[in-house]
Amino acid sequence: MPRIISNHCIVEDHWQVLTLAADETPATVTLPAAPVLLPLAVWLARRDEIIARYPQPGVWLDSDEGPEALAGDTDRFAVIAVNFPKFTDGRSYSSARLLRERYRYSGEIRAIGDVLQDQLFYMRRCGINAYALRADKDPEKALAGLTVFSDSYQAAADQPLPAFRRHATQEPA
Amino acid sequence: MYRYDRTDQQLIDERVAQYRDQMTRHLAGELSADELRPLRLQNGLYIQRHGPMLRIAIPYGMLAAAQLRKLAEISRRYDRGIGHLTTRQNMQLNWPQFEETPEILGELASVEMHAVQTSGNCIRNITSDHFAGVAADELTDPRPYCELLRQWSTFHPEFAFLPRKFKIAVNAAAQDRAVIRAHDIGLDLVRGDDGELGFRVFVGGGLGRTPILGKLVRDFLPRRHLLSYLDAILRLYNRYGRRDNLYKARIKILVQALGIEEFGRQVEAEWSELRDGPTTVPDAEFARLAAHFAPPAWQTLPAEDPAHTALISTDKAFANWVRRCVHPHKTPGYAAVTLSLKAPGVAPGDISDVQMIAVAELAERFSFGEARVSHEQNLVLADVRQSDLHAVWQIARSQRLATANIGLLTDMICCPGGDLCSLANARSIPIAAAVNEKFDDLDYLYDIGDLSLNISGCMNSCGHHHVANIGILGVDKNDEEWYQITIGGQQGNAATIGKVIGPSFYAMEVPEVIAALIDVYVEQRTASERFIDTLQRIGIEPFKTRAYAGRDRRRTAKVEHRETEVVSA
Repeated sequence: MPRIISNHCIVEDHWQVLTLAADETPATVTLPAAPVLLPLAVWLARRDEIIARYPQPGVWLDSDEGPEALAGDTDRFAVIAVNFPKFTDGRSYSSARLLRERYRYSGEIRAIGDVLQDQLFYMRRCGINAYALRADKDPEKALAGLTVFSDSYQAAADQPLPAFRRHATQEPA
Repeated sequence: MYRYDRTDQQLIDERVAQYRDQMTRHLAGELSADELRPLRLQNGLYIQRHGPMLRIAIPYGMLAAAQLRKLAEISRRYDRGIGHLTTRQNMQLNWPQFEETPEILGELASVEMHAVQTSGNCIRNITSDHFAGVAADELTDPRPYCELLRQWSTFHPEFAFLPRKFKIAVNAAAQDRAVIRAHDIGLDLVRGDDGELGFRVFVGGGLGRTPILGKLVRDFLPRRHLLSYLDAILRLYNRYGRRDNLYKARIKILVQALGIEEFGRQVEAEWSELRDGPTTVPDAEFARLAAHFAPPAWQTLPAEDPAHTALISTDKAFANWVRRCVHPHKTPGYAAVTLSLKAPGVAPGDISDVQMIAVAELAERFSFGEARVSHEQNLVLADVRQSDLHAVWQIARSQRLATANIGLLTDMICCPGGDLCSLANARSIPIAAAVNEKFDDLDYLYDIGDLSLNISGCMNSCGHHHVANIGILGVDKNDEEWYQITIGGQQGNAATIGKVIGPSFYAMEVPEVIAALIDVYVEQRTASERFIDTLQRIGIEPFKTRAYAGRDRRRTAKVEHRETEVVSA
């Protein structure tokens, strides 16, 4: 069973990511047995059916799909995954922050796709708390990426106050 | 200037450790070249034509003497004893060893320096007025705002992988010396109706392949909202900027596609969710940052030093230098000095390790231990007593730092070009050298007067050729170097993008063409007109006609026709 990083620990993971094959459509794709991360389009097309079928569904957003489409529904999900088709595609950082800070989603936000050690710190700051590393990478080694910096200047999902509100007066180094 | 607190130092030290680990993993085969690439770029490391190039950040151009000494030491120990100053007020080392770059970053951290975000698709070095804090025409010192932005943009978790690079500049003076409208975001410090400080915000400017001047997106943004408003702009750009085409990925293309009104409306909508949150900057923070830029201990001096006045009347070379390289200062008896890095025979913006040490000494003796980099690729000593100018000049002259050409034709902005840069289509340094040779008569240069001539080796426009009175752009046609000429561009409050005069020229033709353009100006000018004034009055045609007079363009035209076909195919 694949292993992921979840809240700074390595855990066995049981979620599958459903992607549509070329000949499948959101309306007709067979919904597998739980647990599964569904494409946003499937959720939007078959919301009632999914709610009836899964007690706690999971969904994944591609980098060009904003979390706006989940507004009002976020609390239904056990996992919302945000995809990084390439690690240089930074859109899902914004999606994660919006989920945490605007839509107040408190469940798991999982990074999927081209997820690599050297982006984990920024992902964590944006509110992502689970990381399904790219298959060829060792999650044990990647753990170090979560704690590269001990502080940060900006407010973000992990730290509501910018540095200037936390240590207003400091001696020079 | 700004000094690090414990947090700043800790973050920079941790950045060095992170980079060292990334390089170790790369050399051990655990991090591929493609995976390393954006990481090294965000630490300033490019792989160039002959090997690596390291771009060191100089936040808004401010340098302490100790930092200059360290740069001299680094350039000597790890490079070939030369640094190159850039239009983002940074310094590039062109010959470092790939494996030694973690050591260099470690050395830089020891003097509160780094190479963070000097490249890559992220927020780059914040630039500003090289006369900040001393200019008489300044509303307030822009540097505290630059520092606030430096901290906000450093390791911003949401905006490290933008569609493309992102450049921000701040101006606080009546005359914009930071070319703010050539930036993705240009900030113009102004006072609101009730006396509150804030910004006029321009967005979507940029040079490159599609030169566009920034458009006003907000007439007045109270300063406390600066960070939340910029977060809103950057978030829109991060989410909706194009990622399918490298050449259409800058924010200017998004602004153009939406139109400035719609773009502004979307920014306001996003900002309405962010404003008045914890990112709102309290007055205490502005005060804390401003304290770092408190004026140095200027003495009370007479506005005019009689000995200085006497020297000007007796020493013509000194007088010329004062005329071109010495600038007014808001405090009586003081002046700002530009140390020209545009000596004949030297690549524009290059400075040797020995010169760096000399500038550090000059700064320590005569200018409160600080120097600045200008975006025109020169160095500035901002606080020199008038009575010290002659001594400064003599030392600067002995170091070839006193070429009296600031603002003249040979004060060229010039990118490294095809000699060093792997993006370049053509060389730029030899063109600069040829122009310098053609115009080696200082008296003639003074007669021509204020004129900007900038050179870029490719469409990326690092040499800012679009905003020069005369711009030279290197283009590649069938593996041959050609040069396209634009005229009529300018920086400053009346920033304008220059217009192409016609088909490109061979390298060897360029100096003659420049001379032809100058001839038209000299013949047509009225007593008070600068080159740009005459050009604006009589239009581009007379210049164009003269530039091509007697030149056979058939071959050029044919080649250009072919190139067009390739592009459109």
